[in-house]
Amino acid sequence: MSARLPVAPGPSPTDEFLKGLWRENPVFVQVLGMCPVLAVSNTARNALAMGLATLFVLVASNATISMIRKLVPKPVRIATYILVIASFVTIVDYAIQAISLELHKALGAFISLIVVNCIILGRAEAFASKHGVVASVADGLGMGLGFALALSCLGAVREILGSGSLFGVALFGPGFQEWVVMILPSGGFFTLAGWLLVFAALKRRRAPRPNRGPVENAA
Amino acid sequence: MNESLPSIFLGASLVNNFVLAYFLGICPFLGVSSKIATASRMGGAVTFVMLISSMSAFGIQKLLVAIGAPYLTLISFIAVIASAVQLVEMFVKKTSPALFRALGIFLPLITTNCAILALALFQTNKGYGFLQSIVYALGGGAGFTLALVLMAGLRERLELAEVPDLVRGTALALLVAGILSIAFMGFAGLGA
Repeated sequence: MSARLPVAPGPSPTDEFLKGLWRENPVFVQVLGMCPVLAVSNTARNALAMGLATLFVLVASNATISMIRKLVPKPVRIATYILVIASFVTIVDYAIQAISLELHKALGAFISLIVVNCIILGRAEAFASKHGVVASVADGLGMGLGFALALSCLGAVREILGSGSLFGVALFGPGFQEWVVMILPSGGFFTLAGWLLVFAALKRRRAPRPNRGPVENAA
Repeated sequence: MNESLPSIFLGASLVNNFVLAYFLGICPFLGVSSKIATASRMGGAVTFVMLISSMSAFGIQKLLVAIGAPYLTLISFIAVIASAVQLVEMFVKKTSPALFRALGIFLPLITTNCAILALALFQTNKGYGFLQSIVYALGGGAGFTLALVLMAGLRERLELAEVPDLVRGTALALLVAGILSIAFMGFAGLGA
């Protein structure tokens, strides 16, 4: 923004935090960052780990970008943001490798691919580049937790239906017929579509029935 | 290591399709797939960027290993991809302003198309040689274009279909993508 307006005493950090969890949930409402959401949500454990890794990168990059926001010239800002994000992702990549090699193998290239997760660059551009450090960290925490939550929802459904277990613990007896399709790629699409429908239905029930309001903008 | 070139191409384009089997590049897949013409050109642009970044990634990887700084891999790959996208953007703007407008925000967003970064990372992991990398990039690009065009064809038909209000939009696109993905499972076992 060329003219830096003094930040109005607008929403408090708590509000910034809460909006990511529900009202502006990155996955269910904004439909951003779909690739990792679909790819690593075949078990609840992978999904949770991926969510937490993204949360860390989001908070750290939001904080850094908010700190340097006045130093970065406008034409190169996107490149700068990407480099900041890539540095944090490299840290996470090495950290996960050190903590659990098995998990690192399961998530594969998708840890490195956090760099190109649209949510992170999106928050950097839309929020951290215009707000102070505290608000940006709160925003990152909220969005990151919202993302982790959505990812876990997806992972749980897919693992329960696809393998009959949750976090590796078998839920049903040995007679359970697994829905193999749920852990395969197509299951990811179906589960996400299902969750989106649930949210759309909830929203519709809450809203005082708009008289044939405009259709949700398509993607 | 020494897979044959046709099997790499088939593997990348059909069996392990970047979009439908690896879930890479979902954002443009859902965003630019409403018209066949736009979708095929988007596919072309992505294939071109893939080709450039795959070749540069091969050289950079060798260089980084030589100077003993593999932790810089990710950062340098993304920098190369961003420059390649910038190049394509200038080229498209010059040669076809109409296409430039049609692709809109999705053109600069090719930078954050995970399919491209993933391609560079996968070829490094698999230890492909120079020629193999090029074929892999071509296969990946062809697969991406195929998925995008198929999806666009389906969505053009869906425009005319009567579906409940609730399903319209992203949810419907995801359901269709799921069915398309099942169809691609039929290729499993083909090639590598």
